[in-house]
Amino acid sequence: MSAWKKHQIFETNSLILIVGIVIMIAIGGLVEIVPLYYLKSTIEKTEGMRPYTPLELVGRNIYVREGCYACHSQQIRPMRDELERYGNYSLAAESMYDRPFQWGSKRTGPDLARVGGKYSDEWQRDHLINPRSVSPTSVMPGYPFLMDAKLSTVEIENHLKVNAMYGVPYTEEQMANAKIDLMAQAQPDSDEAEGFEERYPDVLIRDFDGNPKAVTEMDALVAYLQMLGTLVDFSLYDEKANLR
Amino acid sequence: MAEHKKEIDQVTGIETTGHEWDGLKELNNPLPKWWLYIFYGSIIWSIAYWILMPSWPLVNGYTKGLLNYSQRAVATEEFDVAAAERAKVGEKLMEASLEEIRDTPALLEFAMAQGKVAFGDNCAPCHGTGATGFEGYPNLQDDSWIWGGDLDTLATTISYGVRAEHDETRFAEMPAFGRDELLEKDEIIQVSNYVGSVAGLPVQDGVDLEAGKVIFEENCASCHMENAKGDMETGSPNLTAPTYLYGKSVENIIAQVNAPRHGVMPAWIDRLGETTVKSLAVYVHSLGGGQ
Repeated sequence: MSAWKKHQIFETNSLILIVGIVIMIAIGGLVEIVPLYYLKSTIEKTEGMRPYTPLELVGRNIYVREGCYACHSQQIRPMRDELERYGNYSLAAESMYDRPFQWGSKRTGPDLARVGGKYSDEWQRDHLINPRSVSPTSVMPGYPFLMDAKLSTVEIENHLKVNAMYGVPYTEEQMANAKIDLMAQAQPDSDEAEGFEERYPDVLIRDFDGNPKAVTEMDALVAYLQMLGTLVDFSLYDEKANLR
Repeated sequence: MAEHKKEIDQVTGIETTGHEWDGLKELNNPLPKWWLYIFYGSIIWSIAYWILMPSWPLVNGYTKGLLNYSQRAVATEEFDVAAAERAKVGEKLMEASLEEIRDTPALLEFAMAQGKVAFGDNCAPCHGTGATGFEGYPNLQDDSWIWGGDLDTLATTISYGVRAEHDETRFAEMPAFGRDELLEKDEIIQVSNYVGSVAGLPVQDGVDLEAGKVIFEENCASCHMENAKGDMETGSPNLTAPTYLYGKSVENIIAQVNAPRHGVMPAWIDRLGETTVKSLAVYVHSLGGGQ
Protein backbone atom coordinates (compact mmCIF):
# COMPACT_ATOMS: atom_id res chain seq x y z
CA MET A 1 0.00 0.00 0.00
CA SER A 2 1.51 3.32 -1.08
CA ALA A 3 1.51 6.43 1.13
CA TRP A 4 -1.13 7.92 -1.18
CA LYS A 5 -3.58 5.31 0.06
CA LYS A 6 -3.09 6.12 3.76
CA HIS A 7 -6.35 8.12 3.73
CA GLN A 8 -8.10 4.80 4.00
CA ILE A 9 -7.11 4.76 7.67
CA PHE A 10 -9.34 7.82 8.19
CA GLU A 11 -12.10 6.65 5.93
CA THR A 12 -12.49 3.31 7.61
CA ASN A 13 -12.35 4.41 11.25
CA SER A 14 -14.76 7.14 12.36
CA LEU A 15 -12.91 7.92 15.59
CA ILE A 16 -9.64 8.60 13.78
CA LEU A 17 -11.59 10.69 11.26
CA ILE A 18 -13.09 12.87 14.05
CA VAL A 19 -9.66 13.38 15.66
CA GLY A 20 -8.24 14.32 12.25
CA ILE A 21 -11.02 16.85 11.60
CA VAL A 22 -10.52 18.45 15.03
CA ILE A 23 -6.78 18.78 14.42
CA MET A 24 -7.33 20.39 11.00
CA ILE A 25 -9.88 22.93 12.35
CA ALA A 26 -7.55 23.72 15.26
CA ILE A 27 -4.73 24.50 12.83
CA GLY A 28 -7.07 26.73 10.81
CA GLY A 29 -8.14 28.54 13.97
CA LEU A 30 -4.58 29.00 15.18
CA VAL A 31 -3.49 30.52 11.89
CA GLU A 32 -6.57 32.69 11.25
CA ILE A 33 -7.85 33.74 14.68
CA VAL A 34 -4.95 33.72 17.14
CA PRO A 35 -2.82 36.34 15.30
CA LEU A 36 -5.70 38.84 15.66
CA TYR A 37 -5.15 38.76 19.41
CA TYR A 38 -1.45 39.58 19.35
CA LEU A 39 -0.98 41.65 16.17
CA LYS A 40 -0.90 45.34 17.06
CA SER A 41 -2.33 46.19 13.64
CA THR A 42 -5.69 44.55 14.48
CA ILE A 43 -7.05 47.55 16.37
CA GLU A 44 -6.10 50.95 14.98
CA LYS A 45 -4.64 53.68 17.18
CA THR A 46 -7.39 56.27 17.60
CA GLU A 47 -8.25 59.23 19.81
CA GLY A 48 -11.63 59.41 21.47
CA MET A 49 -12.78 55.82 21.99
CA ARG A 50 -14.32 55.34 25.41
CA PRO A 51 -16.48 52.65 27.03
CA TYR A 52 -20.24 53.04 26.78
CA THR A 53 -21.99 54.93 29.56
CA PRO A 54 -24.48 52.85 31.55
CA LEU A 55 -27.41 54.44 29.68
CA GLU A 56 -25.81 53.79 26.30
CA LEU A 57 -25.00 50.22 27.33
CA VAL A 58 -28.63 49.59 28.27
CA GLY A 59 -29.70 51.22 24.99
CA ARG A 60 -27.37 48.90 23.17
CA ASN A 61 -28.93 45.91 24.92
CA ILE A 62 -32.37 47.10 23.82
CA TYR A 63 -31.02 47.44 20.27
CA VAL A 64 -29.88 43.82 20.41
CA ARG A 65 -33.03 42.63 22.22
CA GLU A 66 -35.33 44.13 19.59
CA GLY A 67 -33.26 42.62 16.80
CA CYS A 68 -32.34 45.91 15.13
CA TYR A 69 -29.27 44.14 13.71
CA ALA A 70 -31.50 41.98 11.56
CA CYS A 71 -32.10 44.96 9.27
CA HIS A 72 -29.39 47.48 10.18
CA SER A 73 -25.65 46.91 9.98
CA GLN A 74 -23.09 49.00 11.83
CA GLN A 75 -20.25 48.58 9.41
CA ILE A 76 -19.39 51.10 6.72
CA ARG A 77 -17.35 49.14 4.21
CA PRO A 78 -14.29 50.64 2.50
CA MET A 79 -16.03 51.35 -0.78
CA ARG A 80 -16.48 54.71 -2.45
CA ASP A 81 -20.28 54.73 -2.52
CA GLU A 82 -20.45 53.90 1.19
CA LEU A 83 -17.94 56.64 2.04
CA GLU A 84 -20.06 59.12 0.06
CA ARG A 85 -23.25 58.18 1.83
CA TYR A 86 -22.19 57.34 5.38
CA GLY A 87 -18.76 58.92 5.97
CA ASN A 88 -15.45 57.32 6.93
CA TYR A 89 -15.31 53.52 6.77
CA SER A 90 -15.74 51.81 10.13
CA LEU A 91 -12.60 51.00 12.09
CA ALA A 92 -12.00 47.90 14.19
CA ALA A 93 -11.27 50.27 17.07
CA GLU A 94 -14.80 51.62 16.87
CA SER A 95 -16.32 48.30 17.89
CA MET A 96 -13.64 47.20 20.37
CA TYR A 97 -16.04 47.53 23.32
CA ASP A 98 -18.92 45.87 21.48
CA ARG A 99 -20.07 42.53 22.82
CA PRO A 100 -21.47 41.29 20.54
CA PHE A 101 -20.37 43.39 17.57
CA GLN A 102 -23.04 44.76 15.26
CA TRP A 103 -21.30 44.36 11.91
CA GLY A 104 -23.31 42.85 9.14
CA SER A 105 -23.73 42.37 5.45
CA LYS A 106 -27.52 42.55 5.20
CA ARG A 107 -29.26 45.90 5.14
CA THR A 108 -33.01 46.25 4.89
CA GLY A 109 -32.64 49.67 6.51
CA PRO A 110 -29.61 51.94 6.24
CA ASP A 111 -26.29 51.38 8.00
CA LEU A 112 -26.28 52.97 11.46
CA ALA A 113 -22.54 53.06 12.21
CA ARG A 114 -22.49 56.89 12.00
CA VAL A 115 -26.11 57.79 12.67
CA GLY A 116 -25.16 59.67 15.87
CA GLY A 117 -26.10 63.34 15.70
CA LYS A 118 -27.55 63.00 12.21
CA TYR A 119 -31.15 63.46 13.36
CA SER A 120 -32.74 65.17 16.34
CA ASP A 121 -33.85 63.26 19.43
CA GLU A 122 -37.44 64.14 18.53
CA TRP A 123 -37.03 62.56 15.11
CA GLN A 124 -35.52 59.38 16.58
CA ARG A 125 -38.44 59.24 19.00
CA ASP A 126 -41.15 59.87 16.39
CA HIS A 127 -39.50 57.41 14.05
CA LEU A 128 -39.20 54.67 16.67
CA ILE A 129 -42.81 55.15 17.82
CA ASN A 130 -44.16 55.05 14.26
CA PRO A 131 -41.65 55.03 11.38
CA ARG A 132 -44.42 55.87 8.88
CA SER A 133 -45.00 59.24 10.58
CA VAL A 134 -41.75 60.57 9.13
CA SER A 135 -40.92 58.05 6.41
CA PRO A 136 -44.19 57.08 4.68
CA THR A 137 -42.79 54.11 2.74
CA SER A 138 -40.78 52.59 5.61
CA VAL A 139 -41.30 48.89 6.40
CA MET A 140 -39.77 49.17 9.87
CA PRO A 141 -41.98 48.10 12.78
CA GLY A 142 -42.95 50.67 15.43
CA TYR A 143 -41.61 50.44 19.00
CA PRO A 144 -44.07 52.68 20.91
CA PHE A 145 -43.78 50.59 24.09
CA LEU A 146 -40.25 51.91 24.67
CA MET A 147 -41.80 55.20 25.82
CA ASP A 148 -43.65 53.43 28.67
CA ALA A 149 -40.96 50.95 29.74
CA LYS A 150 -39.13 52.41 32.74
CA LEU A 151 -35.48 51.45 33.04
CA SER A 152 -34.51 48.89 35.63
CA THR A 153 -31.30 49.58 37.58
CA VAL A 154 -31.00 46.05 38.95
CA GLU A 155 -28.51 44.62 36.49
CA ILE A 156 -26.45 47.58 35.39
CA GLU A 157 -23.67 47.39 37.99
CA ASN A 158 -22.98 43.72 37.27
CA HIS A 159 -23.26 44.47 33.58
CA LEU A 160 -20.38 46.93 33.81
CA LYS A 161 -18.40 44.46 35.93
CA VAL A 162 -18.80 41.69 33.38
CA ASN A 163 -17.67 44.05 30.62
CA ALA A 164 -14.67 44.99 32.77
CA MET A 165 -13.82 41.30 33.09
CA TYR A 166 -13.62 41.18 29.30
CA GLY A 167 -11.17 44.10 29.34
CA VAL A 168 -13.42 47.13 28.93
CA PRO A 169 -11.62 49.82 30.98
CA TYR A 170 -14.36 50.83 33.41
CA THR A 171 -12.97 52.40 36.58
CA GLU A 172 -13.94 51.24 40.07
CA GLU A 173 -15.75 54.53 40.51
CA GLN A 174 -17.73 54.08 37.31
CA MET A 175 -18.77 50.57 38.33
CA ALA A 176 -19.75 51.65 41.85
CA ASN A 177 -21.88 54.51 40.52
CA ALA A 178 -23.45 52.61 37.63
CA LYS A 179 -27.00 52.82 38.99
CA ILE A 180 -26.79 56.56 39.58
CA ASP A 181 -25.13 57.22 36.23
CA LEU A 182 -27.75 55.20 34.38
CA MET A 183 -30.43 57.67 35.48
CA ALA A 184 -28.31 60.83 35.55
CA GLN A 185 -27.50 60.93 31.83
CA ALA A 186 -31.18 61.41 30.96
CA GLN A 187 -31.77 63.94 33.78
CA PRO A 188 -29.62 67.00 33.02
CA ASP A 189 -31.17 69.03 35.85
CA SER A 190 -30.69 66.40 38.55
CA ASP A 191 -28.10 66.61 41.33
CA GLU A 192 -26.40 63.47 40.04
CA ALA A 193 -25.74 64.88 36.57
CA GLU A 194 -22.62 66.69 37.75
CA GLY A 195 -20.98 63.58 39.15
CA PHE A 196 -21.90 61.71 36.01
CA GLU A 197 -20.25 64.38 33.88
CA GLU A 198 -17.04 64.03 35.91
CA ARG A 199 -17.00 60.27 35.42
CA TYR A 200 -17.88 60.48 31.73
CA PRO A 201 -16.61 63.76 30.24
CA ASP A 202 -17.80 64.94 26.80
CA VAL A 203 -20.92 62.79 26.84
CA LEU A 204 -24.40 63.91 25.76
CA ILE A 205 -26.56 64.62 28.82
CA ARG A 206 -30.12 65.22 27.72
CA ASP A 207 -33.68 64.18 28.27
CA PHE A 208 -33.58 61.96 25.20
CA ASP A 209 -37.21 60.79 25.26
CA GLY A 210 -38.78 64.22 25.85
CA ASN A 211 -40.42 63.02 29.06
CA PRO A 212 -38.62 64.61 32.03
CA LYS A 213 -40.70 62.62 34.53
CA ALA A 214 -39.26 59.18 33.77
CA VAL A 215 -36.12 57.52 32.46
CA THR A 216 -37.39 55.04 29.90
CA GLU A 217 -36.04 52.52 27.42
CA MET A 218 -36.58 55.20 24.80
CA ASP A 219 -34.06 57.40 26.65
CA ALA A 220 -31.54 54.56 26.57
CA LEU A 221 -32.00 53.60 22.93
CA VAL A 222 -31.91 57.21 21.66
CA ALA A 223 -28.84 57.94 23.82
CA TYR A 224 -27.15 54.94 22.21
CA LEU A 225 -28.16 55.90 18.66
CA GLN A 226 -27.04 59.51 19.16
CA MET A 227 -23.46 58.50 20.05
CA LEU A 228 -22.96 55.90 17.32
CA GLY A 229 -19.87 56.63 15.26
CA THR A 230 -19.17 59.96 16.94
CA LEU A 231 -16.33 58.94 19.26
CA VAL A 232 -13.22 58.68 17.06
CA ASP A 233 -11.65 62.04 16.22
CA PHE A 234 -10.83 61.55 12.54
CA SER A 235 -8.82 64.78 12.39
CA LEU A 236 -6.24 62.98 14.56
CA TYR A 237 -6.53 59.62 12.82
CA ASP A 238 -3.51 58.47 10.80
CA GLU A 239 -5.10 56.81 7.80
CA LYS A 240 -1.80 55.97 6.07
CA ALA A 241 -0.54 54.06 9.10
CA ASN A 242 -3.66 51.93 9.21
CA LEU A 243 -4.14 50.73 5.65
CA ARG A 244 -5.38 47.15 5.47
CA MET B 1 -13.97 -4.54 4.91
CA ALA B 2 -10.65 -5.97 5.81
CA GLU B 3 -9.62 -7.34 2.50
CA HIS B 4 -9.08 -5.46 -0.73
CA LYS B 5 -9.96 -7.64 -3.61
CA LYS B 6 -9.85 -5.61 -6.77
CA GLU B 7 -11.58 -6.96 -9.81
CA ILE B 8 -13.01 -5.81 -13.11
CA ASP B 9 -16.76 -5.24 -12.95
CA GLN B 10 -18.43 -7.50 -15.48
CA VAL B 11 -21.17 -5.10 -16.58
CA THR B 12 -19.24 -1.82 -16.97
CA GLY B 13 -15.71 -3.10 -17.47
CA ILE B 14 -14.43 -0.71 -14.78
CA GLU B 15 -12.14 -1.72 -11.93
CA THR B 16 -13.70 -1.78 -8.44
CA THR B 17 -12.15 -0.10 -5.42
CA GLY B 18 -12.06 -3.41 -3.62
CA HIS B 19 -14.50 -2.14 -0.96
CA GLU B 20 -17.42 -4.40 -0.38
CA TRP B 21 -20.37 -4.00 1.98
CA ASP B 22 -22.62 -7.02 2.24
CA GLY B 23 -22.09 -7.83 -1.38
CA LEU B 24 -22.32 -4.23 -2.65
CA LYS B 25 -19.17 -3.21 -4.55
CA GLU B 26 -17.88 0.26 -5.40
CA LEU B 27 -16.71 1.20 -8.92
CA ASN B 28 -13.45 3.13 -9.07
CA ASN B 29 -14.55 5.71 -11.65
CA PRO B 30 -12.01 8.47 -12.25
CA LEU B 31 -12.95 12.03 -11.25
CA PRO B 32 -14.41 14.10 -14.12
CA LYS B 33 -11.59 15.86 -15.94
CA TRP B 34 -13.24 19.32 -15.85
CA TRP B 35 -13.60 19.04 -12.07
CA LEU B 36 -10.05 17.83 -11.60
CA TYR B 37 -8.52 20.67 -13.65
CA ILE B 38 -10.54 23.32 -11.78
CA PHE B 39 -9.33 21.73 -8.54
CA TYR B 40 -5.67 21.91 -9.62
CA GLY B 41 -6.25 25.41 -11.00
CA SER B 42 -7.62 26.67 -7.68
CA ILE B 43 -4.58 25.29 -5.86
CA ILE B 44 -2.30 27.21 -8.22
CA TRP B 45 -4.52 30.29 -7.83
CA SER B 46 -4.28 30.14 -4.04
CA ILE B 47 -0.47 29.98 -4.19
CA ALA B 48 -0.41 32.98 -6.55
CA TYR B 49 -2.81 34.79 -4.21
CA TRP B 50 -0.54 34.14 -1.20
CA ILE B 51 2.35 35.72 -3.07
CA LEU B 52 0.50 38.73 -4.52
CA MET B 53 -2.02 39.67 -1.82
CA PRO B 54 -1.90 40.20 1.97
CA SER B 55 -2.42 36.73 3.43
CA TRP B 56 -0.19 35.05 6.02
CA PRO B 57 -0.05 36.25 9.62
CA LEU B 58 3.47 36.42 11.07
CA VAL B 59 4.85 37.16 14.51
CA ASN B 60 4.93 40.96 14.22
CA GLY B 61 2.68 41.57 11.26
CA TYR B 62 1.51 39.84 8.14
CA THR B 63 2.71 39.30 4.57
CA LYS B 64 1.75 42.38 2.57
CA GLY B 65 2.00 40.67 -0.83
CA LEU B 66 3.81 41.88 -3.93
CA LEU B 67 0.88 44.05 -5.05
CA ASN B 68 0.74 45.80 -1.65
CA TYR B 69 -3.05 45.86 -2.03
CA SER B 70 -5.21 47.67 0.53
CA GLN B 71 -8.97 47.90 0.21
CA ARG B 72 -8.95 50.97 2.44
CA ALA B 73 -6.40 52.68 0.19
CA VAL B 74 -8.40 51.82 -2.94
CA ALA B 75 -11.66 53.15 -1.46
CA THR B 76 -10.00 56.35 -0.25
CA GLU B 77 -8.33 56.88 -3.61
CA GLU B 78 -11.58 56.38 -5.53
CA PHE B 79 -13.26 58.77 -3.12
CA ASP B 80 -10.51 61.36 -3.55
CA VAL B 81 -10.59 61.07 -7.36
CA ALA B 82 -14.35 61.66 -7.37
CA ALA B 83 -13.96 64.51 -4.88
CA ALA B 84 -11.29 66.13 -7.07
CA GLU B 85 -13.59 65.82 -10.08
CA ARG B 86 -16.40 67.47 -8.11
CA ALA B 87 -14.02 70.13 -6.81
CA LYS B 88 -13.49 71.47 -10.35
CA VAL B 89 -16.96 72.99 -10.16
CA GLY B 90 -17.08 72.87 -6.38
CA GLU B 91 -14.27 75.42 -6.09
CA LYS B 92 -16.25 77.85 -8.22
CA LEU B 93 -19.19 77.17 -5.94
CA MET B 94 -17.07 78.01 -2.89
CA GLU B 95 -16.04 81.36 -4.38
CA ALA B 96 -19.39 82.36 -5.81
CA SER B 97 -22.11 83.94 -3.73
CA LEU B 98 -25.37 82.04 -3.49
CA GLU B 99 -27.07 84.56 -5.79
CA GLU B 100 -24.33 84.07 -8.39
CA ILE B 101 -24.80 80.31 -8.22
CA ARG B 102 -28.52 80.72 -8.76
CA ASP B 103 -28.00 83.03 -11.74
CA THR B 104 -25.19 81.07 -13.47
CA PRO B 105 -26.65 78.09 -15.37
CA ALA B 106 -23.48 75.94 -15.21
CA LEU B 107 -23.14 76.41 -11.44
CA LEU B 108 -26.87 76.08 -10.86
CA GLU B 109 -27.03 72.76 -12.70
CA PHE B 110 -24.21 71.37 -10.53
CA ALA B 111 -25.64 72.75 -7.30
CA MET B 112 -29.10 71.39 -8.04
CA ALA B 113 -27.75 67.90 -8.80
CA GLN B 114 -25.54 67.86 -5.70
CA GLY B 115 -28.25 69.45 -3.57
CA LYS B 116 -30.82 66.88 -4.63
CA VAL B 117 -28.60 63.92 -3.71
CA ALA B 118 -27.53 65.46 -0.39
CA PHE B 119 -31.16 66.29 0.41
CA GLY B 120 -32.23 62.70 -0.19
CA ASP B 121 -29.45 61.29 2.00
CA ASN B 122 -29.62 63.77 4.85
CA CYS B 123 -32.71 65.99 4.90
CA ALA B 124 -35.51 63.79 3.56
CA PRO B 125 -35.87 61.70 6.75
CA CYS B 126 -37.27 64.76 8.55
CA HIS B 127 -38.49 67.09 5.81
CA GLY B 128 -39.78 64.31 3.53
CA THR B 129 -38.57 63.28 0.09
CA GLY B 130 -40.77 65.98 -1.43
CA ALA B 131 -39.65 68.53 1.19
CA THR B 132 -43.24 68.95 2.34
CA GLY B 133 -42.35 68.05 5.94
CA PHE B 134 -44.40 66.36 8.63
CA GLU B 135 -46.04 67.63 11.82
CA GLY B 136 -43.14 69.09 13.80
CA TYR B 137 -40.81 69.11 10.79
CA PRO B 138 -41.17 72.22 8.62
CA ASN B 139 -42.50 72.14 5.07
CA LEU B 140 -39.82 73.69 2.84
CA GLN B 141 -42.10 74.14 -0.15
CA ASP B 142 -44.48 76.71 1.31
CA ASP B 143 -43.97 80.39 2.09
CA SER B 144 -43.97 80.03 5.88
CA TRP B 145 -40.47 80.35 7.28
CA ILE B 146 -39.43 80.43 10.92
CA TRP B 147 -35.88 81.72 10.46
CA GLY B 148 -36.23 83.02 6.89
CA GLY B 149 -36.22 81.57 3.39
CA ASP B 150 -33.68 83.65 1.49
CA LEU B 151 -30.50 81.99 0.22
CA ASP B 152 -28.08 83.21 2.90
CA THR B 153 -30.47 82.49 5.73
CA LEU B 154 -31.08 78.97 4.43
CA ALA B 155 -27.32 78.36 4.21
CA THR B 156 -26.88 79.55 7.82
CA THR B 157 -29.72 77.37 9.10
CA ILE B 158 -28.39 74.31 7.26
CA SER B 159 -24.83 74.95 8.45
CA TYR B 160 -25.47 75.43 12.13
CA GLY B 161 -28.92 73.94 12.67
CA VAL B 162 -31.53 74.94 15.21
CA ARG B 163 -30.98 74.20 18.92
CA ALA B 164 -28.18 71.89 17.76
CA GLU B 165 -24.88 70.80 19.29
CA HIS B 166 -22.94 73.65 17.68
CA ASP B 167 -21.65 76.92 19.12
CA GLU B 168 -23.26 79.01 16.38
CA THR B 169 -26.56 77.21 16.24
CA ARG B 170 -29.81 79.15 15.98
CA PHE B 171 -31.60 79.25 19.30
CA ALA B 172 -35.04 80.34 20.39
CA GLU B 173 -37.10 79.00 23.24
CA MET B 174 -40.64 79.91 24.17
CA PRO B 175 -41.45 79.88 27.90
CA ALA B 176 -43.74 77.11 29.12
CA PHE B 177 -46.51 79.43 30.32
CA GLY B 178 -48.60 76.64 31.78
CA ARG B 179 -46.06 74.10 32.99
CA ASP B 180 -43.93 76.76 34.67
CA GLU B 181 -47.04 78.54 36.03
CA LEU B 182 -46.43 81.87 34.33
CA LEU B 183 -50.12 82.13 33.37
CA GLU B 184 -53.32 80.80 34.91
CA LYS B 185 -55.26 78.11 33.09
CA ASP B 186 -58.05 80.60 32.22
CA GLU B 187 -55.52 83.06 30.87
CA ILE B 188 -53.98 80.41 28.63
CA ILE B 189 -57.40 79.61 27.19
CA GLN B 190 -58.09 83.32 26.64
CA VAL B 191 -54.78 84.08 24.93
CA SER B 192 -54.92 80.92 22.83
CA ASN B 193 -58.39 81.80 21.60
CA TYR B 194 -57.24 85.33 20.85
CA VAL B 195 -54.36 83.94 18.75
CA GLY B 196 -56.86 81.62 17.08
CA SER B 197 -59.12 84.57 16.22
CA VAL B 198 -56.18 86.47 14.71
CA ALA B 199 -55.20 83.34 12.74
CA GLY B 200 -58.78 82.99 11.43
CA LEU B 201 -59.64 79.89 13.43
CA PRO B 202 -63.09 79.21 14.97
CA VAL B 203 -62.79 80.19 18.64
CA GLN B 204 -64.31 78.46 21.66
CA ASP B 205 -67.64 79.74 23.04
CA GLY B 206 -67.77 82.24 25.86
CA VAL B 207 -64.11 83.21 25.90
CA ASP B 208 -63.15 86.81 26.62
CA LEU B 209 -61.07 87.68 23.55
CA GLU B 210 -60.37 91.22 24.77
CA ALA B 211 -58.73 89.81 27.90
CA GLY B 212 -56.79 87.43 25.64
CA LYS B 213 -55.57 90.38 23.60
CA VAL B 214 -54.22 92.10 26.72
CA ILE B 215 -52.43 88.91 27.79
CA PHE B 216 -51.00 88.56 24.29
CA GLU B 217 -49.65 92.09 24.30
CA GLU B 218 -48.09 91.66 27.72
CA ASN B 219 -46.57 88.20 27.23
CA CYS B 220 -46.32 87.26 23.57
CA ALA B 221 -45.96 90.44 21.51
CA SER B 222 -42.32 90.99 22.43
CA CYS B 223 -41.38 88.01 20.26
CA HIS B 224 -44.41 87.34 18.05
CA MET B 225 -45.00 91.12 17.51
CA GLU B 226 -48.15 93.18 18.12
CA ASN B 227 -49.67 91.98 14.82
CA ALA B 228 -48.77 88.33 15.62
CA LYS B 229 -46.82 88.06 12.40
CA GLY B 230 -43.69 86.92 14.23
CA ASP B 231 -40.08 87.88 13.69
CA MET B 232 -37.69 85.76 11.66
CA GLU B 233 -34.70 87.53 13.24
CA THR B 234 -35.45 85.79 16.54
CA GLY B 235 -37.09 82.70 15.10
CA SER B 236 -40.53 83.64 16.40
CA PRO B 237 -43.15 81.99 14.20
CA ASN B 238 -45.76 83.97 12.30
CA LEU B 239 -49.05 83.15 14.05
CA THR B 240 -51.11 84.30 11.07
CA ALA B 241 -49.41 81.82 8.73
CA PRO B 242 -51.61 79.32 6.87
CA THR B 243 -49.97 76.35 8.60
CA TYR B 244 -48.51 75.75 12.05
CA LEU B 245 -45.56 73.48 12.75
CA TYR B 246 -47.43 71.67 15.54
CA GLY B 247 -50.93 71.81 14.08
CA LYS B 248 -53.26 74.75 13.55
CA SER B 249 -56.22 74.63 15.91
CA VAL B 250 -57.06 76.34 19.18
CA GLU B 251 -56.39 73.04 20.99
CA ASN B 252 -52.91 72.88 19.46
CA ILE B 253 -52.27 76.50 20.44
CA ILE B 254 -53.32 75.80 24.04
CA ALA B 255 -50.95 72.80 24.15
CA GLN B 256 -48.10 74.87 22.77
CA VAL B 257 -48.66 77.80 25.18
CA ASN B 258 -48.93 75.35 28.06
CA ALA B 259 -45.68 73.45 27.37
CA PRO B 260 -44.14 74.26 24.01
CA ARG B 261 -42.44 71.67 21.85
CA HIS B 262 -39.08 72.72 20.51
CA GLY B 263 -37.78 70.95 17.44
CA VAL B 264 -34.07 70.41 16.85
CA MET B 265 -32.32 70.54 13.51
CA PRO B 266 -28.73 69.21 13.46
CA ALA B 267 -25.80 71.34 12.30
CA TRP B 268 -24.57 70.03 8.96
CA ILE B 269 -21.46 72.09 8.17
CA ASP B 270 -19.00 69.65 9.78
CA ARG B 271 -20.65 66.58 8.30
CA LEU B 272 -21.28 67.85 4.75
CA GLY B 273 -18.82 70.69 4.12
CA GLU B 274 -19.38 74.16 2.72
CA THR B 275 -19.84 73.25 -0.95
CA THR B 276 -22.61 70.77 -0.23
CA VAL B 277 -24.30 73.16 2.19
CA LYS B 278 -24.33 75.85 -0.52
CA SER B 279 -25.77 73.39 -3.03
CA LEU B 280 -28.43 72.43 -0.51
CA ALA B 281 -29.34 76.07 0.11
CA VAL B 282 -29.78 76.67 -3.62
CA TYR B 283 -31.73 73.42 -4.02
CA VAL B 284 -34.07 74.11 -1.11
CA HIS B 285 -34.53 77.70 -2.26
CA SER B 286 -35.66 76.42 -5.66
CA LEU B 287 -38.36 74.14 -4.24
CA GLY B 288 -41.06 76.78 -4.23
CA GLY B 289 -40.80 78.60 -0.93
CA GLY B 290 -37.57 80.52 -1.53
CA GLN B 291 -37.72 84.20 -0.72
